[in-house]
Amino acid sequence: MVLSFVEIGLEADSRWQELTAGQRPWIRIGTALCGEAAGAFEVADALEMALADQSVSAEVSRVGCLGLCFAEPLLDVQLPGGHRVFYGNVDAESVSEIVSVHVAGGTPIVSKALGYLAEETSLAPPPEGIPDLKQHSMKARENRIALRNAGNIDPLDIYQYIANGGYQALYKSLTELNREETLEEVKASGLRGRGGAAFPTATKWSFLAGNAAADKYVLCNCEEGDPGAFNDKNILESDPNTLVEGVIIAGYATGANKGYIFIRHGHDGPIERCRAAINQARELGFLGENIMGSDFSYEIEIALTGDSYVAGEESALMEAIEGKRSMPRFRPPFPAQFGLFGKPTNINNVKTLSYVPEIVSKGGEWFSNIGHDTSTGTVILCLSGNLKYTGMIEVPLGMNLKDVIYDVAGGMKDGKVLKFLQTGGPLGGVLGADNIDVLLDFEVLRAAGAIVGSGGLIAADDSTCIVDLTRSLIAFCQYESCGKCFPCRMGMSHLLEVLERLCRLEGTPEDLALMQNIGVNMQAGSLCGHGQLGFNPVSSALRYFGPEFDTHINDHSCPTGTCLDSRYSPAASRR
Amino acid sequence: MSGLEQRIQDAVRGQTQPTVTVLSSLLAVEDELGYIPKEAVEFVAGFSNATINDVWAVASFYPNFRFEPPAEHTVDVCWGASCHLVGAMSIFKSVLEVAGLDSEGDTLDKRLTVKFNSCLGACSQAPVMALDHHLAGRVNPESAAENVSRLLERDGHGP
Repeated sequence: MVLSFVEIGLEADSRWQELTAGQRPWIRIGTALCGEAAGAFEVADALEMALADQSVSAEVSRVGCLGLCFAEPLLDVQLPGGHRVFYGNVDAESVSEIVSVHVAGGTPIVSKALGYLAEETSLAPPPEGIPDLKQHSMKARENRIALRNAGNIDPLDIYQYIANGGYQALYKSLTELNREETLEEVKASGLRGRGGAAFPTATKWSFLAGNAAADKYVLCNCEEGDPGAFNDKNILESDPNTLVEGVIIAGYATGANKGYIFIRHGHDGPIERCRAAINQARELGFLGENIMGSDFSYEIEIALTGDSYVAGEESALMEAIEGKRSMPRFRPPFPAQFGLFGKPTNINNVKTLSYVPEIVSKGGEWFSNIGHDTSTGTVILCLSGNLKYTGMIEVPLGMNLKDVIYDVAGGMKDGKVLKFLQTGGPLGGVLGADNIDVLLDFEVLRAAGAIVGSGGLIAADDSTCIVDLTRSLIAFCQYESCGKCFPCRMGMSHLLEVLERLCRLEGTPEDLALMQNIGVNMQAGSLCGHGQLGFNPVSSALRYFGPEFDTHINDHSCPTGTCLDSRYSPAASRR
Repeated sequence: MSGLEQRIQDAVRGQTQPTVTVLSSLLAVEDELGYIPKEAVEFVAGFSNATINDVWAVASFYPNFRFEPPAEHTVDVCWGASCHLVGAMSIFKSVLEVAGLDSEGDTLDKRLTVKFNSCLGACSQAPVMALDHHLAGRVNPESAAENVSRLLERDGHGP
């Protein structure tokens, strides 16, 4: 028999109490893609072995990403009733010491601890001599909404999500609000799409809500192929329940009867965790017929795509779910009239939908007070490149980009100097080091020639050649062009040829005008953003680093001396 | 019916999700066999009420599909911008040298496939490679070569 939501909540609370203040220590280890790449699975195995060898009893959870990717593998120990003490860059050897001294012995290893995070309900004094992790530059300015549970809870355990306020929003929608009032909350929040276009989410939803068709779909886009962005996959790995709840609420508000979550085949961590979240939600009666005793019935299915960046474009995405080549459709008709399988459809990005539960719980007005101007809420940034601290942060929109780089991420590694930032994925743009004194705001950043886009932020130091990096970005865009529109298909190939020529120091003065010409045609003659925005990497690079291109062409030399190293051009083998 | 045909049919018919398409069927075959043999293209066409041409159009579009049996092990090297910035080219060089290859592809003895991957999704740990789909980050030319050598010491298909 299905328990009532109140009964489920009591069960979740009691299980959470047992984890944080029960009899056994609780060890959490980050195992998102970033953790895996740093060796977290090997560390987790070593941890299980050390516990067995030393006959120590502890609860071990494989959690998602806390955002401090630079410190991974990252694990923390919470003794019963105590606070969480974190150890960074752990290996098999240090795990054994952590188990004997801290888990069994009850004393944190002060010299090795990265910091501690206070357990709100704990009466214990903070651990002596260990810094508060909340004061770490990567944490101090964060405001975690979509990522509120990331790194804190086991993504495979829906009860941990519920114990931390999960499914309260759906319960509120179904019991206190009607469909229109739920949509009103999202409208009041000012939430805008986080997939790149920043279109107002409630307006998009209202197109679907206004369509009286019997079958309507909500699609969640997790086709995240952008080099430099991993926040969508990371949400699915760290807190898939937030997304699933968001997809259910979106279905309720728009009157849809089915949701699809669209992920690239092969990303097993995100797929498996998302599947578990859906199955557990169904078991508890949050999916299926008459959800939580209401008249709302809804299902969610995971749809997988093959490798294709353009499959992330909303109409190409629908083609892929229908099993075809992921090529964009002509519009109109728009998805809200004629979408997936010809039915009215709404498409949102993972991040967008992951904000929805908190917006409904706390009210749209609360969300609208965070951020800057019409860019409300937070932005989830993926920090990579030559930075001191790489990772994933969620900060309020309106923060200065300069502060993100120099304050939050600690500036450049090895005392080097920032040369440029590449923002918003391969279709975004670059910003010169002197031009990063701008606010993280959809409009402000666009005016500066870059975009918030997917939230990828790649920082390059002064040993980087701008021509070479531009070539790399265009190689990606060329490789990923779906081929439907010839200005994009041929334009990308042609741009890549020119850039390769520049990298070989064989460019001519006519090449710059030639690229400009190709870019204009791509923008005018392409059906989707891939071709329309595909010249951005080149135009923004020329805008900030024109003289460096000139040096390549006129002096046949590369100031950093690095662009001749690019002979393993992957795209070359695909043409 | 051959063993191969049986495995293809079981994989395609065994899909449990409600929405079954040409693409989902091809992905199911890839999961089972690691490649798409021509028998699979034919079976998926019949199963989906599509033409062989339709199925081939989809199979040839997505670069994750390959059309001959995979080598024993697969190494992916990421060439996304984040990895490129911190030395992906030197990782390619070193991995290809160990493999004895000039560019991506299979070794002659079919022990190793080297693939260039446009983003493995762990940009904060760049440069990144994957050994039988298990990620390894912050590699350098030496550790990347060691990773490949160690992988080749193992038999069969990895995790």
